[in-house]
Amino acid sequence: MGMRRVAVVGAGMTKFVRRAQETGRELAWEAVSKALESCEMSLEQIDCVVMGTAPDAFDGVHMKSEWLSDGAGAWGKPYMRGYVGGGTGVFAPAQGWYHIASGLFDTCLVVCEEKMSPTQPHPQAAFNSIFDNFTERALGPNLLWIFALEMNAYMSRYGLKKEDIAQVAVKNKRNAADHPASLLGDAKITVQDILNSEVMAWPVQRLDVSPVTDGAVALVLASDTVARRVTSKPVWIEGVGWCLDTAYWTNRDLSYPIYVEEAARRAYKMAGVTEPRKQINIAEPYDPFDYKELHHLEGLLLFEKGKAPEATALGVTQRNGDLPVCPSGGLLGVGNPIAAAGLMKIAELFWQLRGEAGRRQVPGDPRRGVAQAWGDLMQVGTVVVMGK
Amino acid sequence: MEHLVYPTKGLSEEAFAQHQVLFETWQVKAEYAWDTGVAIGKYLDGLKNGRLIGRRCFKCRRVLVPPRMFCESCFRPTDEWVDVQDSGVVKTFSLCYVRWDMTRLKEPEIPAVIDLDGASRGMGIMHKLGEVDPKAVKVGMKVKAVWKPAEQREGSITDIAYFKPI
Repeated sequence: MGMRRVAVVGAGMTKFVRRAQETGRELAWEAVSKALESCEMSLEQIDCVVMGTAPDAFDGVHMKSEWLSDGAGAWGKPYMRGYVGGGTGVFAPAQGWYHIASGLFDTCLVVCEEKMSPTQPHPQAAFNSIFDNFTERALGPNLLWIFALEMNAYMSRYGLKKEDIAQVAVKNKRNAADHPASLLGDAKITVQDILNSEVMAWPVQRLDVSPVTDGAVALVLASDTVARRVTSKPVWIEGVGWCLDTAYWTNRDLSYPIYVEEAARRAYKMAGVTEPRKQINIAEPYDPFDYKELHHLEGLLLFEKGKAPEATALGVTQRNGDLPVCPSGGLLGVGNPIAAAGLMKIAELFWQLRGEAGRRQVPGDPRRGVAQAWGDLMQVGTVVVMGK
Repeated sequence: MEHLVYPTKGLSEEAFAQHQVLFETWQVKAEYAWDTGVAIGKYLDGLKNGRLIGRRCFKCRRVLVPPRMFCESCFRPTDEWVDVQDSGVVKTFSLCYVRWDMTRLKEPEIPAVIDLDGASRGMGIMHKLGEVDPKAVKVGMKVKAVWKPAEQREGSITDIAYFKPI
């Protein structure tokens, strides 16, 4: 297609916490500093910056990416914000990719920052205005409704039990116990702990859902030529894809994310992946809720519709399984600072494919991984395929 | 990669509540006057009169609810108004014990997506269920709208108080 190859050459992040004393700018600065340090580059070598950050309402600051820009290293540089709600963290690196693939720039810093904690009394308030102002808002909805309705639609369609789904939360929280940035890692958690947690919006219980989190992640992207100068272990962005479903969310089939499938097909095609189940070695699907990991694995064509729970029960998705899923610990384990959580998944693939994931390292010399995020009015799928 | 993780200074809820860190609060006042547009205007007017109104696209033949003046699938104008019924089937539901500010509810609210009779399959709307034991709610349950008395209706989705099983 006449596009240049683009690699990830550096990554860094902050620890994910429930409430950070650092400001959003400071979090962004810390993550960027670590990412530059990791590849021994300086800001002068960065041509442009992409900032991913979710609703302005979290901070109560309009145009918050401009407000954050100094922390992202954007002073005096071409800068843009990526924003597709929860899908942002996997969309921002796709934007960084086309900045370089197009030939316009040689290097790009991709920074995702989220500080959810400022919103009072609870960040859920920031989502009240995503519901349709004429036909829905008067009913007094909250964000959990949407997830609970979707989760129940998925469970009802395939006759799934809460236990089938809770095992995802257990796997991810256990995996996260090995992540140095994790908020919720717990090596001893059990399915019973999940089932005993407070019912919030049945079928959603407290431990089915990832919590409010603050944090930041940054990556350095480089063109083929620059990447080979900077590192002997570049990790290539082989394919990107994104797709949006209708905003009339009650008119959709809530049991299957067709928009994720469409995004995945685009990314796989670009990456030359014809049989995802065989050619993808690691998956980092978006898991703000445990059922979402299963939902997204099916949308990513890694399992047949309705079959991801069974594969999870058989251990296929464990770190040492046939297809490790969320070896990082995901949003359920590492934490969910919205945009930063998505980019954390790309950073995880970067570390995994370089063999640098330490105690989280997936065995068997993985060659290719896929990361995916989801958001807007639960209608966007964003997908990135990476390989070495 | 441990050295690539900055050790963020996490604050406890307690430290925050006890003002051990400096913070500032600020309240925003946001007021809007929204224009309903033609389709939603007609929909809300219908609700005021105890009717649920959809819109048909002659090309894909779907009856769209809520109504819209263009079909997002065919990307052409829709063609005619259609009355749909105030009964339907529960496509999915939740028993919700929290409000948006995370205060707890003793009795759950029961939001549901309801496929209306007379609309195309899958054309659900969001509403709440009432007059039902939360334990008895099932996907696939037939339900019917319970309307507010005519004099209390104001052209809002809440002119339907809730849907109840039939």
